[in-house]
Amino acid sequence: MSELRFVIDYSRCIGCQACVQACEECDTHRGRSMIHLETIRRAESVQTAPQVCMHCDDPICAQVCPADAIKKTADGVVQSSLKPRCIGCSNCVLACPFGVPKYDGYVDQMMKCDMCYDRTSVGKRPMCATVCPSQALSFTTLEEIERTRHGVPTNTWRFGNEMVRTKVFVMLPSKASAVQIDRVTGRTSATPTPPPIDDVAALLEGM
Amino acid sequence: MARLPFPLPGLIEQFGPHVNVTPPGGWQSTGEPDRLVQTHCCFCGQQCGIQLKVKDNKVVGFEPWEDFPFNRGKLCPKGVKRYLQNEHPDRLLHALERRDGTGFVPVGYGDAIDRIVSEIQRVQHAHGRDAVAVLGGASFTNERAYVLGKFARVALRTANIDYNGRLCMVSAGAASKKVFGVDRSANPWSDIPKADVILIAGSNVAECSPITTDYLWSARENGARIIVLDPRMTPIARTADLYIPVRSGGDIGVFNSMLYLLIERGWIDRDFIANHTTGWDAVERTIRSYPPERGAQIAGVPASMIVRAAEMWGPARTSFLLHARGIEHHSKGVDNCSAALNLVVATGRIGREGCGYAMITGQGNGQGGREQGQKADQLPGARDIENAEHRQHVARVWGVDEPTIPHKGLTAVPLVEAIHDGRIKALISFCFNPTVSLPDGNFAREALERLEFYANVDFFLSETSRYADIVLPCALMEEDEGTTTNVEGRVIHHKKAVDPPGEAKEDWRIVCDLAAKLGAGDKFQFSSPREIFDELRIASRGGVADYYGITWERIDREYGVFWPCPSEDHPGTPRLYEGNRFGHPDGKAHFQPVEWRPAAEEPDTEYPIILTTGRVVAHYLSGTQTRRIGGLVAQSPEPRCEIHPKLAASLGIADGDFVRVESRRGAVVVRALVVKTIRPDTVFVPYHWPHDRSANNMTSRAIDPVSHIPEYKICAVRVLKVSRPTDAMAAVPQQAGGLG
Repeated sequence: MSELRFVIDYSRCIGCQACVQACEECDTHRGRSMIHLETIRRAESVQTAPQVCMHCDDPICAQVCPADAIKKTADGVVQSSLKPRCIGCSNCVLACPFGVPKYDGYVDQMMKCDMCYDRTSVGKRPMCATVCPSQALSFTTLEEIERTRHGVPTNTWRFGNEMVRTKVFVMLPSKASAVQIDRVTGRTSATPTPPPIDDVAALLEGM
Repeated sequence: MARLPFPLPGLIEQFGPHVNVTPPGGWQSTGEPDRLVQTHCCFCGQQCGIQLKVKDNKVVGFEPWEDFPFNRGKLCPKGVKRYLQNEHPDRLLHALERRDGTGFVPVGYGDAIDRIVSEIQRVQHAHGRDAVAVLGGASFTNERAYVLGKFARVALRTANIDYNGRLCMVSAGAASKKVFGVDRSANPWSDIPKADVILIAGSNVAECSPITTDYLWSARENGARIIVLDPRMTPIARTADLYIPVRSGGDIGVFNSMLYLLIERGWIDRDFIANHTTGWDAVERTIRSYPPERGAQIAGVPASMIVRAAEMWGPARTSFLLHARGIEHHSKGVDNCSAALNLVVATGRIGREGCGYAMITGQGNGQGGREQGQKADQLPGARDIENAEHRQHVARVWGVDEPTIPHKGLTAVPLVEAIHDGRIKALISFCFNPTVSLPDGNFAREALERLEFYANVDFFLSETSRYADIVLPCALMEEDEGTTTNVEGRVIHHKKAVDPPGEAKEDWRIVCDLAAKLGAGDKFQFSSPREIFDELRIASRGGVADYYGITWERIDREYGVFWPCPSEDHPGTPRLYEGNRFGHPDGKAHFQPVEWRPAAEEPDTEYPIILTTGRVVAHYLSGTQTRRIGGLVAQSPEPRCEIHPKLAASLGIADGDFVRVESRRGAVVVRALVVKTIRPDTVFVPYHWPHDRSANNMTSRAIDPVSHIPEYKICAVRVLKVSRPTDAMAAVPQQAGGLG
């Protein structure tokens, strides 16, 4: 069987927080949720977006770590910081283009999503992607994604001129080789159309 | 004398709701559990499969159950966190008796049973059998629902038993029975992704039945177009192909005008109508007065939206209708559903793959809970309590004379009104928190205060239990065994994970003990829920909801069995009406002509805004359980009033301000959530909280004439900016109805 891949489809997210609650139940960091669920702008919309660690091929968090505390496993999973090494400097927190690592003052180290390594390393699916009711987060083969989804998965990101490849894929609505992010405003090439009108009053105008 | 025996803050301090944040044994890794128990979530009608981790007779965590076909491991936050109930510090471990001035004191279980029975006998002797009422719940297993209905009819011989499914599924059920002759979703969920067009009417799927989302998105991936009717732009509505922000109570305008257009453009199936239906002429006549302009006026939306909806629904090859409380919680709830079902019947798209409809059940056993005889008008097997043949069958199974079975009694809202006006003097309630969940909460609380005697059975001291003379502690779902029937009509098996704590007992055992003490022990000689199920199978045999061929072994082997299942070699019936055979004696579907009418209370100059109520994803029903679970309370600590910025600005309200939302009946003070995702003529307050945060303080007791469902989805309110409350109830914890 093909490799199981973590795939995010932001357009499916319903903001229910099942991922947030389930992440907290993962044995390697029980009691602390590592997934970020962003409410985009609640006043304007109910849109939400989940963010797990993207597990970069060449992780920037590890590159900038002065204590060499962030390790990648042979199967490409970028781990939380090693407790004996982490000096809590938060270089990784600042450097990550996806905003994933967080410094946890309680344990005095950087903690982040490790793709439920205790589960995925023994063939189970990560907690968040298993429970996700909308399957905005899924853990399956790329063949299955191609068979069942409309969009196109990509794991290539261009931040200006810098290219980043990640273990985690995201769904794009149409053919595009990479997610292009030029400015920190977050507008990507994958969303060329303006955001949809989520103002109910506007829908009723002219009544 | 059921007034509160002690001031509320003191009761809250003693009995909660407190929040249980930490799993048994702390957050450290639990290591290998002693066993994994394959069972189901108890927190809505989806009944997702889940595995509970058990260690040292404690539920210590969960593991997704990916083999169960309905949800394949998926869970919402309630399912993830449900395991935190068992070892909850608020669990009731002993029977309690009220003591004025001090609250509640523990009493022995036997003494509590004796007291309840002597009070029942006193009241029935003095005021007649019907002066004692029973209220049950649709979170009950089928076995508990069955034994409670039998208890009321055989041991108490009172007509007055009803259940909280009256607040949930009865409009949908009544409409389905009228049109198709059967009260059940017509299709399994596996049909949803096969539909070309899906109409979702009055269902906030993302929050109220989250697992269904993946079915909808799968349909979308397959090219389906999705139409959503809702006064709020919910997460499903946001990405729908067509979102119609219908004014609450205006749904018939959309449905009837869609049908008008289907007729006009030839998108109805005249052959199907001629061969398999009755009543079309009356519908066609009625529909003539619903051109899209009129429908649009009723629905409060542009006519172009209705035209688009008809253009999507009309020519489709396959279609699926999903409806829920948004159209059902109305004094015209049955008509709303019938008008929607007319769209299904007129196109003949039912009874085959990808074609049909479903009502999205709200409560855990919303489907099975209404079939086993705890409903005022039904006997087991979804039999009619006024049908002589049905009565005879059940009387034979029960070993009683048919005339001794009472006739139809009062439904939930009139039953509480009868308590209020003194016709009903004593009440035994299970699995029901009416002070939070009934409309017109102040009236409901006043009614409870007037009872001569009230016995309440619950696993926590709920807001309603506080009014009781005797409280009996009972078992959670995972501390008992039994079956429920999920949203699809699939009968499934809840397994026991651990024993109930202290002197808490399974509800069915409490019922049997009461029956024995009342002298009906020979009819309640059950030593396990399995024995109850086996009697239920026989009682339901030949009925509409026929469970006779369903055994616990089959359920485990087949991942559930769909009723009707008349014999053990019958495969069960995932999809109803195949071959266009409908449930009425004539085998046809019966069109129902529907005229729109206004709500019982429309906005006016004094109360100019529509209030609509509903759920949030982190909580279940009245919150007795979920307002005690740490992660869920953190996710939704208190209710907020959703209000559009245009309306908010006109009232001088900014996001986060405290607002008083008041109707003619009562009020809440909550924070405002100013959002563009709601109609500007409507505000929304979720209903899971008690006291001054209870949305049902404002809702009205108006009920549908057929289903008797209350009109939760529309009443008239005004909204005022106020300063932060400083009273005693504002100071209690948020999960208890206070403000953070």
